[in-house]
Amino acid sequence: MSIDIDTARRVAHLARISVDENDLPALAGELSQILTFMEQLNEVDIDGVEPMTSVTPMRLKRREDVVTDGNMQDKILSNAPDAREGFFAVPKVVE
Amino acid sequence: MSELSKLTISAARDAMRAGDVTSAEITEACLTEIEAADALGAFVHKTPEIALAQAKAADARIKAGDAPAMCGIPLGIKDLFCTRGVPSQAASRILEGFRPEYESTVSQNLWDNGAVMLGKLNMDEFAMGSSNETSAYGNAVNPWRRGNDDTALTPGGSSGGSASAVAADLCLAATGTDTGGSIRQPAAFVGITGLKPTYGRCSRWGVVAFASSLDQAGPMTKTVRDAAIMLQAMAGHDPKDSTSAKLPLPDFEAALTGDIRGKKIGIPREYRMDGMPQEIESLWHQGAEMMRDAGAEIVDISLPHTKYALPAYYVIAPAEASSNLARYDGVRYGHRATLAQGDGITQMYEKTRAQGFGHEVQRRVMIGTYVLSAGFYDAYYNRARKVRTLIKKDFDDVFATGIDAILTPATPSAAFGLGEMAEADPVQMYLNDVFTVTVNLAGLPGIAVPAGLDKSGLPLGLQLIGRPWQEDALLNTAYALETAAGFVSKPVKWW
Repeated sequence: MSIDIDTARRVAHLARISVDENDLPALAGELSQILTFMEQLNEVDIDGVEPMTSVTPMRLKRREDVVTDGNMQDKILSNAPDAREGFFAVPKVVE
Repeated sequence: MSELSKLTISAARDAMRAGDVTSAEITEACLTEIEAADALGAFVHKTPEIALAQAKAADARIKAGDAPAMCGIPLGIKDLFCTRGVPSQAASRILEGFRPEYESTVSQNLWDNGAVMLGKLNMDEFAMGSSNETSAYGNAVNPWRRGNDDTALTPGGSSGGSASAVAADLCLAATGTDTGGSIRQPAAFVGITGLKPTYGRCSRWGVVAFASSLDQAGPMTKTVRDAAIMLQAMAGHDPKDSTSAKLPLPDFEAALTGDIRGKKIGIPREYRMDGMPQEIESLWHQGAEMMRDAGAEIVDISLPHTKYALPAYYVIAPAEASSNLARYDGVRYGHRATLAQGDGITQMYEKTRAQGFGHEVQRRVMIGTYVLSAGFYDAYYNRARKVRTLIKKDFDDVFATGIDAILTPATPSAAFGLGEMAEADPVQMYLNDVFTVTVNLAGLPGIAVPAGLDKSGLPLGLQLIGRPWQEDALLNTAYALETAAGFVSKPVKWW
């Protein structure tokens, strides 16, 4: 499977990474190389094989659905690039 | 003074308990070494004040007489671990300035045991790399050189700073993390011991996530005994990590009897790679002979899906990474791009991530995004997960026949030069993980033990793979190999 420039542009957008138009051909080439490498997996007979969901045979732990933590607004905002009046601030979103 | 930083954990513990030396003295010796070792690029954030305060507290605890084994031991911490109030940025620009308000469970366990933090260690960005060359901090450098040749070599990756720091005696030991070989490959490249425990043995809480179903923290130490002591302090059940195992911890150090008589050691035929250097092949052969001489039975085994481990890994790990790294959006922490007039939130995300992520991280996030996208999910991601099931079954089948441990080379080569792989395609770099990645896919414990030198004088390691949850038996087998190999070489100091 080879990735063309349009696909590379689409994947970059899905990943929310801006890529300069001039860099798209090189990116498409690198992604194609990696995908070609992955294509070896097509040789494997996977009929009737379950996809792995957990490497150890364990049931995911559960706990009471209750609040266990909180009241630390300052700590949560302390690393924000832009925090104002107790909120994370982002550019205006108009839908 | 500088001799004190060369101590092993076990020797330091015994000397401190006997009152021959204090943690403050050992810690100061390490801090002096670190100050003189910037050329290695190992320590990227130094925390001398924390170290000296912790050493003082440790000395009081040792004096009181009930100190745990790790009490007073100065360590380096990989930058992937969140450490409260101390920069923790996974060697990425996108986490520049991030100072966590919390402490990872593994590092907290170490501090609760009295260990001392010297600082944070260099690594590949988000642990994605095999040479420490993707770090936002710049390269970490291997303290070893090829004889008199002053070419700078990689300490391996992603835990390159940890490997360099321990091999150069800047600290007594370091934490590492291993998603596809990131503890074992660097340990082998610098001639130290590196243990990746069973998936679920060490809590992942507070460790910056790369690929959550594969990530596991572990010790990087000067000896197998030290790995046993340090794992004891790092490991244990943690309610904050839903995949952390609620299992009792064996006494790992007590397991080190060196007696492996009657143990069955498997030699997997699929690990004999085309083009593998003769030196690696003969080291592997010698390792098997050593185990046989120690009374183990050497058995040829087959792990038929080995060849598919790397391609499966390079679907699964980027898929998980693309999901985990979605959180770096310029909103809650770290870097945010300066926006142009009229830029909306999508431009903020796209510019922030383009500036904040390095090239390799961007590539893996995009590969992960692609294999998870509509129309390709089954063809790539689900297929890789099925192959992963088969890879794990290979190991299950072998262990079911009574094999106790599996012996393989740790890496397909000795340490290579920094920049030597710059022109290679990404897949060439991925081949570094060829012997280690199967272990992560199967969730097993694996350990790299230094076993010899190549013809240019660089260390080479062997890997032992154990049964799940049996790090005690694995460490004992590694201890027997370490004893037989008698590796004592150290890099000649140039830094």
